[in-house]
Amino acid sequence: MAFPTATRTVAEVTVGEVLPELAVPVTRTLIVSGAIASRDYQDVHHDHELAADRGSPDIFMNILTTNGLVGRYVTDWAGPGAVIEAVSIRLGAPNYPGETMTLTGTVTAVGPARDRSDGRGVVEISVRGSNPLGDHVTGTVRVALPTGEGT
Amino acid sequence: MTDTLDTTPDAFQARLQAFEGRPVGPPTVAPDEVNQAMIRHWVEAMGDENPVYLDEEAARANGFPGVVAPATMLQAWVMRGLRASLEADRARAEGSTADPTAYDELFLLLDGAGFTSVVATNCDQDYRRPLVLGDRLTATAVIEAVSAQKQTGLGDGHFVTTRLDFTDAAGAEVATMRFRILRFKPKPVTAEAPPAGTDAPRPRRPRPALTEDIAFFFEGAKEGKLLIQRCASCGKLRHPPLPACPHCRSFDWDTVESTGRGTVFSFVVTHYPQVPGFDYPLPIAVVELEEGTRIVAGLTGIDVGAIEIGMAVEVELVAVDEDLTLPMFRPAGPAATGAR
Repeated sequence: MAFPTATRTVAEVTVGEVLPELAVPVTRTLIVSGAIASRDYQDVHHDHELAADRGSPDIFMNILTTNGLVGRYVTDWAGPGAVIEAVSIRLGAPNYPGETMTLTGTVTAVGPARDRSDGRGVVEISVRGSNPLGDHVTGTVRVALPTGEGT
Repeated sequence: MTDTLDTTPDAFQARLQAFEGRPVGPPTVAPDEVNQAMIRHWVEAMGDENPVYLDEEAARANGFPGVVAPATMLQAWVMRGLRASLEADRARAEGSTADPTAYDELFLLLDGAGFTSVVATNCDQDYRRPLVLGDRLTATAVIEAVSAQKQTGLGDGHFVTTRLDFTDAAGAEVATMRFRILRFKPKPVTAEAPPAGTDAPRPRRPRPALTEDIAFFFEGAKEGKLLIQRCASCGKLRHPPLPACPHCRSFDWDTVESTGRGTVFSFVVTHYPQVPGFDYPLPIAVVELEEGTRIVAGLTGIDVGAIEIGMAVEVELVAVDEDLTLPMFRPAGPAATGAR
Protein backbone atom coordinates (compact mmCIF):
# COMPACT_ATOMS: atom_id res chain seq x y z
CA MET A 1 0.00 0.00 0.00
CA ALA A 2 1.39 3.37 -1.00
CA PHE A 3 2.06 5.89 1.74
CA PRO A 4 -0.94 8.25 2.03
CA THR A 5 -0.49 11.78 0.66
CA ALA A 6 -3.12 13.33 2.94
CA THR A 7 -3.15 13.35 6.72
CA ARG A 8 -6.16 11.87 8.45
CA THR A 9 -8.10 14.36 10.56
CA VAL A 10 -9.60 13.81 13.98
CA ALA A 11 -13.07 14.38 12.46
CA GLU A 12 -12.51 11.37 10.17
CA VAL A 13 -11.60 8.99 13.00
CA THR A 14 -14.04 7.07 15.18
CA VAL A 15 -13.46 5.02 18.32
CA GLY A 16 -13.44 1.36 17.40
CA GLU A 17 -12.06 2.00 13.93
CA VAL A 18 -9.75 -0.80 12.86
CA LEU A 19 -6.45 -0.02 11.13
CA PRO A 20 -5.46 -2.10 8.09
CA GLU A 21 -3.23 -5.04 9.05
CA LEU A 22 0.47 -4.89 8.25
CA ALA A 23 2.35 -8.16 7.78
CA VAL A 24 6.07 -7.67 8.46
CA PRO A 25 8.29 -10.53 7.29
CA VAL A 26 10.93 -10.85 10.02
CA THR A 27 14.03 -11.44 7.93
CA ARG A 28 17.66 -11.53 9.11
CA THR A 29 18.13 -8.41 7.01
CA LEU A 30 15.39 -6.58 8.92
CA ILE A 31 16.73 -7.65 12.33
CA VAL A 32 20.34 -6.72 11.49
CA SER A 33 19.61 -3.51 9.61
CA GLY A 34 17.23 -2.37 12.36
CA ALA A 35 19.82 -3.08 15.06
CA ILE A 36 22.59 -1.26 13.18
CA ALA A 37 20.35 1.70 12.25
CA SER A 38 19.64 2.07 15.98
CA ARG A 39 23.36 1.70 16.87
CA ASP A 40 22.56 -1.37 18.94
CA TYR A 41 25.54 -3.71 18.56
CA GLN A 42 24.54 -6.38 21.08
CA ASP A 43 25.61 -9.68 19.52
CA VAL A 44 22.18 -11.32 19.99
CA HIS A 45 20.84 -9.02 17.27
CA HIS A 46 23.38 -9.88 14.56
CA ASP A 47 25.53 -12.92 15.40
CA HIS A 48 23.79 -16.29 15.23
CA GLU A 49 26.61 -18.26 16.90
CA LEU A 50 26.94 -15.91 19.87
CA ALA A 51 23.14 -15.75 20.24
CA ALA A 52 23.15 -19.57 20.38
CA ASP A 53 25.93 -19.47 23.03
CA ARG A 54 23.61 -17.34 25.15
CA GLY A 55 20.84 -19.91 24.88
CA SER A 56 18.76 -18.19 22.21
CA PRO A 57 17.70 -20.34 19.24
CA ASP A 58 18.62 -17.54 16.83
CA ILE A 59 19.22 -13.80 16.61
CA PHE A 60 16.14 -11.73 17.51
CA MET A 61 14.76 -8.24 16.90
CA ASN A 62 15.85 -5.43 19.25
CA ILE A 63 13.37 -3.19 21.05
CA LEU A 64 14.25 -0.07 19.05
CA THR A 65 13.26 -1.82 15.82
CA THR A 66 9.99 -2.93 17.41
CA ASN A 67 9.37 0.70 18.40
CA GLY A 68 10.22 1.85 14.89
CA LEU A 69 7.81 -0.62 13.28
CA VAL A 70 4.99 0.28 15.70
CA GLY A 71 5.51 3.98 14.92
CA ARG A 72 5.60 3.32 11.19
CA TYR A 73 2.42 1.21 11.41
CA VAL A 74 0.51 4.14 12.89
CA THR A 75 1.89 6.86 10.57
CA ASP A 76 1.29 4.60 7.52
CA TRP A 77 -2.38 4.92 8.48
CA ALA A 78 -2.40 8.49 9.87
CA GLY A 79 -0.43 10.17 7.08
CA PRO A 80 2.57 12.48 6.71
CA GLY A 81 1.33 15.32 8.96
CA ALA A 82 0.70 13.07 11.98
CA VAL A 83 2.77 13.85 15.07
CA ILE A 84 3.44 10.90 17.36
CA GLU A 85 3.19 12.06 20.97
CA ALA A 86 3.75 8.81 22.84
CA VAL A 87 4.51 5.14 22.28
CA SER A 88 4.06 2.74 25.16
CA ILE A 89 4.84 -0.91 24.52
CA ARG A 90 4.96 -4.16 26.40
CA LEU A 91 7.18 -6.89 25.03
CA GLY A 92 6.39 -10.61 24.78
CA ALA A 93 7.46 -13.36 22.39
CA PRO A 94 10.73 -12.64 20.55
CA ASN A 95 10.77 -11.93 16.80
CA TYR A 96 13.04 -14.60 15.27
CA PRO A 97 14.02 -14.72 11.59
CA GLY A 98 11.67 -16.58 9.28
CA GLU A 99 8.49 -15.61 11.10
CA THR A 100 5.97 -12.98 10.08
CA MET A 101 4.81 -10.37 12.59
CA THR A 102 1.29 -9.16 11.89
CA LEU A 103 0.48 -5.70 13.22
CA THR A 104 -3.13 -4.85 14.02
CA GLY A 105 -4.58 -1.74 15.60
CA THR A 106 -7.82 -0.26 16.89
CA VAL A 107 -8.67 3.34 17.76
CA THR A 108 -9.43 3.45 21.49
CA ALA A 109 -9.88 7.21 22.09
CA VAL A 110 -10.46 10.38 20.09
CA GLY A 111 -10.40 13.76 21.76
CA PRO A 112 -9.13 17.29 22.00
CA ALA A 113 -5.50 17.76 22.90
CA ARG A 114 -4.83 18.79 26.47
CA ASP A 115 -1.67 20.80 26.09
CA ARG A 116 -1.22 21.60 22.40
CA SER A 117 -1.29 25.08 20.95
CA ASP A 118 -1.41 24.04 17.28
CA GLY A 119 -5.11 23.26 17.04
CA ARG A 120 -4.66 19.53 16.79
CA GLY A 121 -6.67 16.78 18.40
CA VAL A 122 -5.36 13.51 19.75
CA VAL A 123 -6.12 9.91 18.79
CA GLU A 124 -5.11 6.87 20.80
CA ILE A 125 -4.53 3.56 19.07
CA SER A 126 -4.12 0.18 20.67
CA VAL A 127 -1.55 -1.85 18.69
CA ARG A 128 -0.70 -5.54 18.73
CA GLY A 129 2.08 -7.30 16.82
CA SER A 130 1.87 -11.08 16.89
CA ASN A 131 3.98 -13.89 15.47
CA PRO A 132 3.42 -17.66 15.62
CA LEU A 133 4.91 -17.73 19.15
CA GLY A 134 2.35 -15.23 20.49
CA ASP A 135 2.23 -11.49 21.01
CA HIS A 136 5.60 -9.93 20.30
CA VAL A 137 4.37 -6.48 21.27
CA THR A 138 1.21 -4.91 22.66
CA GLY A 139 0.90 -1.23 23.32
CA THR A 140 -0.63 2.16 22.81
CA VAL A 141 0.33 4.97 20.44
CA ARG A 142 -0.93 8.53 20.93
CA VAL A 143 -0.86 10.65 17.80
CA ALA A 144 -1.81 14.30 17.22
CA LEU A 145 -3.83 15.00 14.06
CA PRO A 146 -5.41 18.10 12.54
CA THR A 147 -8.98 18.50 13.88
CA GLY A 148 -10.54 18.67 10.41
CA GLU A 149 -13.08 21.21 11.58
CA GLY A 150 -13.55 24.13 9.16
CA THR A 151 -11.98 27.31 10.53
CA MET B 1 32.60 -8.01 47.69
CA THR B 2 34.14 -8.20 51.12
CA ASP B 3 31.53 -6.60 53.34
CA THR B 4 29.42 -8.79 55.58
CA LEU B 5 25.83 -8.69 54.52
CA ASP B 6 22.56 -9.10 56.25
CA THR B 7 21.00 -11.59 53.82
CA THR B 8 17.40 -11.56 55.04
CA PRO B 9 14.88 -10.76 52.27
CA ASP B 10 13.96 -7.44 53.90
CA ALA B 11 17.57 -6.36 54.14
CA PHE B 12 18.19 -7.40 50.53
CA GLN B 13 15.17 -5.43 49.36
CA ALA B 14 16.35 -2.41 51.35
CA ARG B 15 19.72 -2.59 49.60
CA LEU B 16 17.97 -2.77 46.22
CA GLN B 17 15.69 0.15 47.05
CA ALA B 18 18.66 2.26 48.00
CA PHE B 19 19.37 2.48 44.26
CA GLU B 20 16.07 4.24 43.59
CA GLY B 21 16.69 7.80 42.52
CA ARG B 22 20.38 7.25 41.78
CA PRO B 23 21.63 8.49 38.40
CA VAL B 24 22.86 5.60 36.25
CA GLY B 25 25.94 7.60 35.38
CA PRO B 26 26.91 11.01 34.04
CA PRO B 27 24.56 12.45 31.37
CA THR B 28 25.06 11.05 27.87
CA VAL B 29 25.66 13.66 25.20
CA ALA B 30 24.62 12.39 21.76
CA PRO B 31 27.76 11.79 19.67
CA ASP B 32 26.06 13.34 16.64
CA GLU B 33 23.39 15.90 15.92
CA VAL B 34 20.09 14.66 14.53
CA ASN B 35 21.19 14.07 10.95
CA GLN B 36 19.91 12.96 7.60
CA ALA B 37 22.26 10.00 7.15
CA MET B 38 21.19 8.20 10.34
CA ILE B 39 17.53 8.95 9.59
CA ARG B 40 17.94 7.45 6.13
CA HIS B 41 19.47 4.24 7.54
CA TRP B 42 16.56 4.00 9.98
CA VAL B 43 13.66 4.57 7.57
CA GLU B 44 15.19 2.20 5.02
CA ALA B 45 15.51 -0.53 7.66
CA MET B 46 11.93 0.01 8.88
CA GLY B 47 10.49 0.25 5.36
CA ASP B 48 9.01 3.62 6.37
CA GLU B 49 8.02 5.67 3.31
CA ASN B 50 6.85 8.80 5.12
CA PRO B 51 8.39 11.67 3.07
CA VAL B 52 8.70 14.07 6.03
CA TYR B 53 11.82 12.18 7.18
CA LEU B 54 13.78 12.81 3.97
CA ASP B 55 12.20 15.62 1.98
CA GLU B 56 12.41 19.21 3.23
CA GLU B 57 9.55 20.40 1.02
CA ALA B 58 7.22 17.58 2.06
CA ALA B 59 8.05 18.22 5.70
CA ARG B 60 7.19 21.93 5.43
CA ALA B 61 4.02 21.16 3.46
CA ASN B 62 2.90 18.96 6.37
CA GLY B 63 3.42 21.61 9.02
CA PHE B 64 6.95 20.79 10.23
CA PRO B 65 9.75 23.37 10.38
CA GLY B 66 11.90 21.09 8.22
CA VAL B 67 12.92 17.44 7.92
CA VAL B 68 12.06 15.63 11.16
CA ALA B 69 13.38 12.43 12.70
CA PRO B 70 11.01 9.50 13.26
CA ALA B 71 9.78 9.92 16.85
CA THR B 72 10.59 6.33 17.78
CA MET B 73 14.22 6.87 16.77
CA LEU B 74 14.66 8.79 20.06
CA GLN B 75 16.98 6.36 21.83
CA ALA B 76 19.16 5.79 18.75
CA TRP B 77 20.60 9.31 19.12
CA VAL B 78 22.28 8.46 22.43
CA MET B 79 23.25 4.81 21.86
CA ARG B 80 26.89 4.17 22.74
CA GLY B 81 27.73 2.49 19.42
CA LEU B 82 30.11 -0.27 18.42
CA ARG B 83 33.42 0.80 19.93
CA ALA B 84 32.03 1.35 23.43
CA SER B 85 30.07 -1.92 23.20
CA LEU B 86 33.24 -3.84 22.39
CA GLU B 87 35.18 -2.11 25.16
CA ALA B 88 32.44 -2.91 27.67
CA ASP B 89 32.41 -6.56 26.56
CA ARG B 90 36.19 -6.74 26.96
CA ALA B 91 36.10 -5.12 30.40
CA ARG B 92 33.42 -7.56 31.56
CA ALA B 93 35.38 -10.53 30.21
CA GLU B 94 38.45 -9.34 32.12
CA GLY B 95 36.32 -8.69 35.20
CA SER B 96 37.56 -5.11 35.41
CA THR B 97 34.85 -2.53 35.39
CA ALA B 98 37.09 0.48 35.86
CA ASP B 99 34.42 3.05 36.56
CA PRO B 100 31.34 1.22 37.87
CA THR B 101 28.01 2.95 37.32
CA ALA B 102 24.99 2.56 39.61
CA TYR B 103 23.77 -0.01 37.08
CA ASP B 104 26.97 -2.03 37.42
CA GLU B 105 26.62 -2.04 41.19
CA LEU B 106 22.91 -2.93 41.12
CA PHE B 107 23.41 -5.76 38.63
CA LEU B 108 26.36 -7.11 40.62
CA LEU B 109 24.10 -7.24 43.67
CA LEU B 110 21.32 -8.98 41.72
CA ASP B 111 23.78 -11.38 40.05
CA GLY B 112 25.15 -12.33 43.46
CA ALA B 113 21.63 -13.24 44.63
CA GLY B 114 21.06 -15.45 41.57
CA PHE B 115 19.03 -13.01 39.47
CA THR B 116 21.36 -13.47 36.53
CA SER B 117 19.00 -13.45 33.53
CA VAL B 118 17.55 -10.34 31.97
CA VAL B 119 14.61 -9.58 29.72
CA ALA B 120 13.19 -6.21 28.66
CA THR B 121 9.47 -5.97 29.41
CA ASN B 122 8.25 -2.40 28.79
CA CYS B 123 9.26 0.78 27.03
CA ASP B 124 7.28 4.02 27.26
CA GLN B 125 8.32 7.09 25.30
CA ASP B 126 6.71 10.56 25.48
CA TYR B 127 7.73 13.14 22.91
CA ARG B 128 7.32 16.88 23.58
CA ARG B 129 8.17 17.93 20.03
CA PRO B 130 9.47 16.38 16.80
CA LEU B 131 13.26 16.40 16.53
CA VAL B 132 14.68 18.32 13.57
CA LEU B 133 18.01 18.17 11.75
CA GLY B 134 20.68 19.78 13.92
CA ASP B 135 19.12 18.97 17.31
CA ARG B 136 21.74 17.77 19.79
CA LEU B 137 20.35 15.62 22.59
CA THR B 138 21.56 14.94 26.09
CA ALA B 139 20.09 12.03 28.07
CA THR B 140 20.08 11.76 31.85
CA ALA B 141 19.23 8.31 33.20
CA VAL B 142 17.98 7.63 36.71
CA ILE B 143 17.09 4.30 38.33
CA GLU B 144 13.48 5.06 39.17
CA ALA B 145 12.29 1.88 40.85
CA VAL B 146 13.44 -1.58 41.89
CA SER B 147 10.48 -3.81 42.66
CA ALA B 148 10.11 -6.32 45.46
CA GLN B 149 10.66 -9.91 44.39
CA LYS B 150 7.88 -11.03 42.04
CA GLN B 151 6.89 -14.41 40.71
CA THR B 152 6.79 -14.38 36.92
CA GLY B 153 6.35 -16.93 34.16
CA LEU B 154 10.10 -16.86 33.60
CA GLY B 155 11.06 -17.23 37.25
CA ASP B 156 11.28 -15.12 40.39
CA GLY B 157 12.80 -11.73 39.84
CA HIS B 158 12.95 -7.98 40.34
CA PHE B 159 11.72 -5.36 37.88
CA VAL B 160 14.09 -2.43 37.40
CA THR B 161 12.59 0.76 35.94
CA THR B 162 14.90 3.39 34.47
CA ARG B 163 13.83 6.88 33.42
CA LEU B 164 15.68 8.85 30.76
CA ASP B 165 15.13 12.58 30.33
CA PHE B 166 16.14 13.97 26.94
CA THR B 167 17.01 17.67 26.60
CA ASP B 168 18.03 19.73 23.59
CA ALA B 169 21.01 22.07 23.25
CA ALA B 170 19.04 24.83 25.01
CA GLY B 171 18.38 22.53 27.97
CA ALA B 172 14.66 22.22 27.18
CA GLU B 173 13.04 18.83 27.71
CA VAL B 174 12.18 17.18 24.36
CA ALA B 175 11.25 13.66 25.48
CA THR B 176 11.16 11.21 28.35
CA MET B 177 11.48 7.48 28.27
CA ARG B 178 10.91 4.76 30.85
CA PHE B 179 12.05 1.25 30.30
CA ARG B 180 11.63 -1.72 32.49
CA ILE B 181 13.64 -4.89 32.63
CA LEU B 182 13.18 -8.04 34.65
CA ARG B 183 16.26 -9.56 36.31
CA PHE B 184 15.28 -13.12 37.19
CA LYS B 185 16.44 -16.53 38.37
CA PRO B 186 15.75 -18.88 35.47
CA LYS B 187 13.16 -21.47 36.50
CA PRO B 188 14.59 -24.93 37.01
CA VAL B 189 13.33 -27.35 34.38
CA THR B 190 10.58 -29.43 35.98
CA ALA B 191 10.68 -33.21 35.78
CA GLU B 192 6.97 -33.77 35.25
CA ALA B 193 5.60 -34.89 31.88
CA PRO B 194 8.71 -34.64 29.72
CA PRO B 195 7.75 -33.01 26.42
CA ALA B 196 8.25 -34.81 23.13
CA GLY B 197 11.83 -34.70 21.94
CA THR B 198 13.46 -35.04 25.36
CA ASP B 199 15.64 -37.96 26.36
CA ALA B 200 13.26 -39.25 29.04
CA PRO B 201 12.09 -42.76 28.10
CA ARG B 202 8.63 -42.69 26.65
CA PRO B 203 6.25 -45.38 27.96
CA ARG B 204 5.76 -48.10 25.34
CA ARG B 205 2.45 -49.04 23.87
CA PRO B 206 0.84 -52.27 25.11
CA ARG B 207 2.11 -55.37 23.24
CA PRO B 208 -0.34 -57.38 21.14
CA ALA B 209 -0.87 -60.99 22.33
CA LEU B 210 0.60 -62.87 19.38
CA THR B 211 -1.01 -66.19 18.48
CA GLU B 212 -0.52 -68.50 15.50
CA ASP B 213 -3.60 -66.98 13.92
CA ILE B 214 -2.58 -63.30 14.05
CA ALA B 215 1.24 -63.26 14.09
CA PHE B 216 1.30 -62.87 10.28
CA PHE B 217 -0.37 -59.46 10.56
CA PHE B 218 2.30 -57.92 12.81
CA GLU B 219 5.17 -59.68 11.02
CA GLY B 220 3.85 -58.33 7.71
CA ALA B 221 3.62 -54.84 9.17
CA LYS B 222 7.29 -55.02 10.21
CA GLU B 223 8.13 -55.86 6.59
CA GLY B 224 6.10 -52.89 5.39
CA LYS B 225 3.06 -54.84 4.24
CA LEU B 226 -0.58 -54.62 5.23
CA LEU B 227 -1.64 -58.30 5.06
CA ILE B 228 -5.26 -59.48 5.14
CA GLN B 229 -6.33 -63.03 5.90
CA ARG B 230 -8.06 -64.88 3.02
CA CYS B 231 -9.96 -68.16 3.12
CA ALA B 232 -8.11 -70.70 0.96
CA SER B 233 -11.38 -72.52 0.17
CA CYS B 234 -13.91 -69.80 -0.70
CA GLY B 235 -11.51 -66.90 -1.21
CA LYS B 236 -13.32 -64.43 1.09
CA LEU B 237 -11.27 -61.91 3.06
CA ARG B 238 -11.62 -61.59 6.84
CA HIS B 239 -10.29 -59.20 9.45
CA PRO B 240 -9.56 -59.35 12.35
CA PRO B 241 -7.94 -62.75 11.83
CA LEU B 242 -9.87 -65.87 12.89
CA PRO B 243 -8.94 -69.58 12.92
CA ALA B 244 -11.84 -70.58 10.65
CA CYS B 245 -13.74 -68.97 7.79
CA PRO B 246 -17.12 -67.66 9.04
CA HIS B 247 -18.61 -68.33 5.59
CA CYS B 248 -17.47 -71.85 4.64
CA ARG B 249 -15.89 -72.99 7.95
CA SER B 250 -12.65 -73.96 6.31
CA PHE B 251 -9.51 -73.87 8.49
CA ASP B 252 -7.29 -73.27 5.46
CA TRP B 253 -6.18 -69.74 4.86
CA ASP B 254 -3.49 -67.61 3.29
CA THR B 255 -3.00 -63.82 3.02
CA VAL B 256 -3.14 -61.08 0.42
CA GLU B 257 -1.25 -57.79 0.53
CA SER B 258 -3.64 -54.86 0.59
CA THR B 259 -3.06 -51.82 -1.63
CA GLY B 260 -3.46 -49.86 1.62
CA ARG B 261 -6.02 -47.57 0.04
CA GLY B 262 -9.43 -47.09 1.54
CA THR B 263 -11.98 -44.69 2.97
CA VAL B 264 -12.96 -43.71 6.51
CA PHE B 265 -16.11 -45.75 7.32
CA SER B 266 -16.39 -44.37 10.87
CA PHE B 267 -14.11 -42.82 13.49
CA VAL B 268 -13.76 -41.66 17.08
CA VAL B 269 -11.37 -39.16 18.68
CA THR B 270 -10.35 -40.21 22.18
CA HIS B 271 -9.45 -37.49 24.66
CA TYR B 272 -9.82 -39.35 27.94
CA PRO B 273 -8.83 -41.54 29.67
CA GLN B 274 -5.25 -41.21 28.50
CA VAL B 275 -3.20 -44.38 28.31
CA PRO B 276 0.60 -43.97 28.49
CA GLY B 277 2.33 -44.47 25.17
CA PHE B 278 -0.32 -42.75 23.05
CA ASP B 279 -0.61 -39.14 21.94
CA TYR B 280 -3.88 -37.31 22.56
CA PRO B 281 -6.29 -36.39 21.11
CA LEU B 282 -6.14 -39.90 19.62
CA PRO B 283 -8.08 -40.46 16.38
CA ILE B 284 -9.09 -44.06 15.59
CA ALA B 285 -10.98 -45.07 12.46
CA VAL B 286 -12.74 -48.00 10.88
CA VAL B 287 -11.23 -47.97 7.41
CA GLU B 288 -12.95 -49.71 4.52
CA LEU B 289 -10.17 -51.08 2.35
CA GLU B 290 -10.35 -51.23 -1.44
CA GLU B 291 -10.35 -55.03 -1.14
CA GLY B 292 -13.71 -54.84 0.64
CA THR B 293 -12.84 -55.66 4.24
CA ARG B 294 -12.61 -53.23 7.12
CA ILE B 295 -9.85 -52.61 9.61
CA VAL B 296 -9.61 -50.63 12.85
CA ALA B 297 -6.49 -48.46 12.96
CA GLY B 298 -5.11 -45.16 14.20
CA LEU B 299 -5.11 -42.09 11.96
CA THR B 300 -1.94 -40.05 11.54
CA GLY B 301 -0.87 -36.87 9.81
CA ILE B 302 -4.23 -35.16 10.15
CA ASP B 303 -5.80 -32.47 12.30
CA VAL B 304 -8.52 -34.26 14.29
CA GLY B 305 -11.00 -31.55 13.34
CA ALA B 306 -10.52 -32.33 9.66
CA ILE B 307 -11.46 -36.03 9.76
CA GLU B 308 -14.59 -36.85 7.76
CA ILE B 309 -16.49 -40.04 7.05
CA GLY B 310 -15.84 -41.10 3.46
CA MET B 311 -12.47 -39.36 3.17
CA ALA B 312 -9.81 -41.22 1.19
CA VAL B 313 -6.93 -42.56 3.26
CA GLU B 314 -3.84 -44.66 2.66
CA VAL B 315 -1.83 -46.87 4.92
CA GLU B 316 1.44 -45.90 6.57
CA LEU B 317 3.36 -48.57 8.45
CA VAL B 318 4.49 -46.76 11.58
CA ALA B 319 7.31 -48.20 13.72
CA VAL B 320 5.98 -47.09 17.12
CA ASP B 321 9.06 -48.56 18.83
CA GLU B 322 11.95 -50.87 17.97
CA ASP B 323 9.87 -54.07 17.92
CA LEU B 324 6.33 -52.95 17.10
CA THR B 325 5.13 -51.67 13.73
CA LEU B 326 1.47 -50.82 13.23
CA PRO B 327 -0.54 -49.97 10.16
CA MET B 328 -2.00 -46.47 10.49
CA PHE B 329 -3.82 -44.37 7.94
CA ARG B 330 -3.24 -40.86 6.68
CA PRO B 331 -5.19 -38.70 4.23
CA ALA B 332 -4.54 -39.92 0.68
CA GLY B 333 -2.43 -37.43 -1.21
CA PRO B 334 -2.78 -36.77 -4.94
CA ALA B 335 0.24 -39.05 -5.45
CA ALA B 336 -1.15 -41.86 -3.27
CA THR B 337 0.58 -45.09 -4.17
CA GLY B 338 -0.78 -47.52 -1.58
CA ALA B 339 1.27 -49.83 0.61
CA ARG B 340 4.96 -50.02 -0.06
